[in-house]
Amino acid sequence: MDWSAINPILLLASLMVAATPIILASVGELIVERAGVLNLGVEGMMITGAVCGFIVAVNSGSPWLGFIGAAVGGAILSLLFGFLTQFLLSNQVATGLALTLFGLGLSALMGQSYVGIKAPEFADWHIPLLGDIPVLGPILFQHDPMVYVGLGLVAAVWAFLKFSRAGLILRAVGENHEAAHALGYHVVRVRMLAIMFGGACAGLGGAYLSLVRVPQWTEGMTAGAGWIALAIVVFASWKPLRLLLGAYLFGGVTVLQLNLQAAGMAIPVEYLSMSPYLATIAVLVIMRAGRAPGSLGQSFHASR
Amino acid sequence: MSTPLLALSGLTKAYPGVVANKDVSFEIAPGEIHALLGENGAGKSTLVKTIYGLVKPDSGTMTLNGAPFTPAEPRAARAAGVAMVFQHFSLFDALNVAENIALGMENPPPQREIAERVRAVSDQYGLPLDPARIVGELSAGERQRVEIIRCLLQDPKLLIMDEPTSVLTPQEVEILFKTLRKLSAEGTAILYISHKLEEIRALCENATVLRLGQVVGTCDPRTTTARDMAELMVGSALLVPERAPHTDGETILSLNNVSAKAPTRFGTALRDIQLTVHMGEVLGIGGVAGNGQDELVAVLAGETRVARDMITFDGQNIGHFGPNARRKIGLLTAPEERMGHAAAPDMSLTENAVLTATTRQQLTSKGFVNWRKARKFAEEVIAQFDVRTPGPQNAARSLSGGNLQKFVIGREIMQSPDVLVVNQPTWGVDASAAAAIRQALLDLAAKGTAIICISQDLDELMEISDRFAALNEGRLSAPRPAQGLTVEEIGLMLGGAHDMEVAHVEA
Repeated sequence: MDWSAINPILLLASLMVAATPIILASVGELIVERAGVLNLGVEGMMITGAVCGFIVAVNSGSPWLGFIGAAVGGAILSLLFGFLTQFLLSNQVATGLALTLFGLGLSALMGQSYVGIKAPEFADWHIPLLGDIPVLGPILFQHDPMVYVGLGLVAAVWAFLKFSRAGLILRAVGENHEAAHALGYHVVRVRMLAIMFGGACAGLGGAYLSLVRVPQWTEGMTAGAGWIALAIVVFASWKPLRLLLGAYLFGGVTVLQLNLQAAGMAIPVEYLSMSPYLATIAVLVIMRAGRAPGSLGQSFHASR
Repeated sequence: MSTPLLALSGLTKAYPGVVANKDVSFEIAPGEIHALLGENGAGKSTLVKTIYGLVKPDSGTMTLNGAPFTPAEPRAARAAGVAMVFQHFSLFDALNVAENIALGMENPPPQREIAERVRAVSDQYGLPLDPARIVGELSAGERQRVEIIRCLLQDPKLLIMDEPTSVLTPQEVEILFKTLRKLSAEGTAILYISHKLEEIRALCENATVLRLGQVVGTCDPRTTTARDMAELMVGSALLVPERAPHTDGETILSLNNVSAKAPTRFGTALRDIQLTVHMGEVLGIGGVAGNGQDELVAVLAGETRVARDMITFDGQNIGHFGPNARRKIGLLTAPEERMGHAAAPDMSLTENAVLTATTRQQLTSKGFVNWRKARKFAEEVIAQFDVRTPGPQNAARSLSGGNLQKFVIGREIMQSPDVLVVNQPTWGVDASAAAAIRQALLDLAAKGTAIICISQDLDELMEISDRFAALNEGRLSAPRPAQGLTVEEIGLMLGGAHDMEVAHVEA
């Protein structure tokens, strides 16, 4: 095989791009789960966001509007989940799985006349000065703006959970909803807001695939990214900074194995394709998993 | 008397099928310690939730300091100076003490300032607490301190306490009472709910008694006997369990240096437990919750297995036996948690009967359940133990706590065990049902069964035990004859006051 075909700077740079959809989707799910709700519909919300974002971007010609459309689309789909689980008290696992199937079907329907079209260009953002630093510049500071939005979101979520009063209330609701209710906090309201945030983030993650990474619409294009996002939340012990690590690891191995395939490594392609999943799960399992939020996945009803 | 701090008049609240409060009226003066008494289901919880803004009354009015008081939610009640310590702690295990306290406050200051104020208040009232500790790692007594300090930081005018002493040692209760008296002297009124009548007699100046949602009487607990108050609550004469004198039989069960690791992060390890139990005796095991009770029950029931020779039953080493093998030889267990441990909530009483009784009552043959026999067994338990339910086809979940408790204890007793282990047999059960359960245990002992009764209710243990031992941090004290033990001696056996100190009275 030909090692010279792999350019380490390009590899690291594309790692950041590969990790971004996972970061966006999982940071949203992290907030949902810290509020005590298990939404397994990330994959469905992601692909709905992907198609919504693509449609808006193609029709308006603006990728930015596309991302906003994707966030709105994901949030609307998550509202369906929220209504079913928070008001009708349906089972969260079953509802989440149904949401994934529904989202896959809905997006295929919506995207029928958009197959084969190219998305409007979303230019990379060459940050002045920082982008000119040799080696570090191309790796860190010459990406499209959504890469930095994703990073900013992780930092914001981290600070929100750690320092803000609202973050404390959100954690309290996820930890013990009975007690939070007894203290007078609105469990269902907090959870609905968290679910919508999760839906919007998943939508952004999906749109990143259809507008930046591919950038085209094809049916089922998320290809399990939503499930990886879910797994990363759990293995990251519901902590934002560990989540970043998990997403970069996954993105890194994904890019590396693609490069190895291109370089013609003498290993069956299937093994290379599965390596990002194996590596992510192995590393995150080895890092001791923390405690789940106490009320995760339980329905809450204020009775008596 | 001047203007009352809080006056309730004509409060009524109905739920579908049950009237929780009916025309309830009473008054609390500033600085008064007022007791609210009643059986389970008498409507005490609904009433205090109404005062705390969690429940809206259907009719009736409340006034606070003469002004109308209609809190729409707990925030409004807190803002008006009403604070509440809940029976089941409203704490968050994964958060630290300061965060828990901040959640119970309106407009909390930054965490650092909370930490300082926690230290100041805990020093003033003798309730030591480290603001940075994670609540899940605290003892029950310490958790209660968190709740109390959370209330005190808001300078409440009225402090509501729902069953505050159920998890405390006698020494801790004494310290709590000193704190409460100090608060009362400073002008804070306290509404105190408890089943423990002797405590109410020691602490409270006035008592309002509720039965089936209505006020049935008021009294001055300092001059009324506990028995009179109990009869006011129940509405009929109370039967005190009677026991026949007996002589100790042969040793039936012995634990030989049983040690077991803590099963979970917040669990307790058992250390070198030595114990022999004789036929026909009731051995009471006391202790504050979380000192190894659940773990000891699991070891006795066979849910946690230990080395073969650590447990001897009738000369046979059974440490490695699972629950069914132990049932077969006559060692039965009724665990504490009714829903989900002693009974499967969504299954019928017949099905629940099959779950533990199948081994000894031959309710199955060749792998098939004999439903006729099973139903008959469940019906016998229901009849024998006065379980109030339409029939054995009803789901366990539909029974009230006391009735389900009678069923799960009765189910084990009807299998005529040689040794019966019960954990908290009357927890959350009202006085008359509790008396019936205790009587059934004593009757069983009179027939020669050895009974190990684990409970946090010391009055109960003193009432039925022949010998008493205490669990403290996973160790079991040497059993002593129950007769003649004083409260102080028991308190010391339970591990004393867990580093609490008496309130510093300010100069």
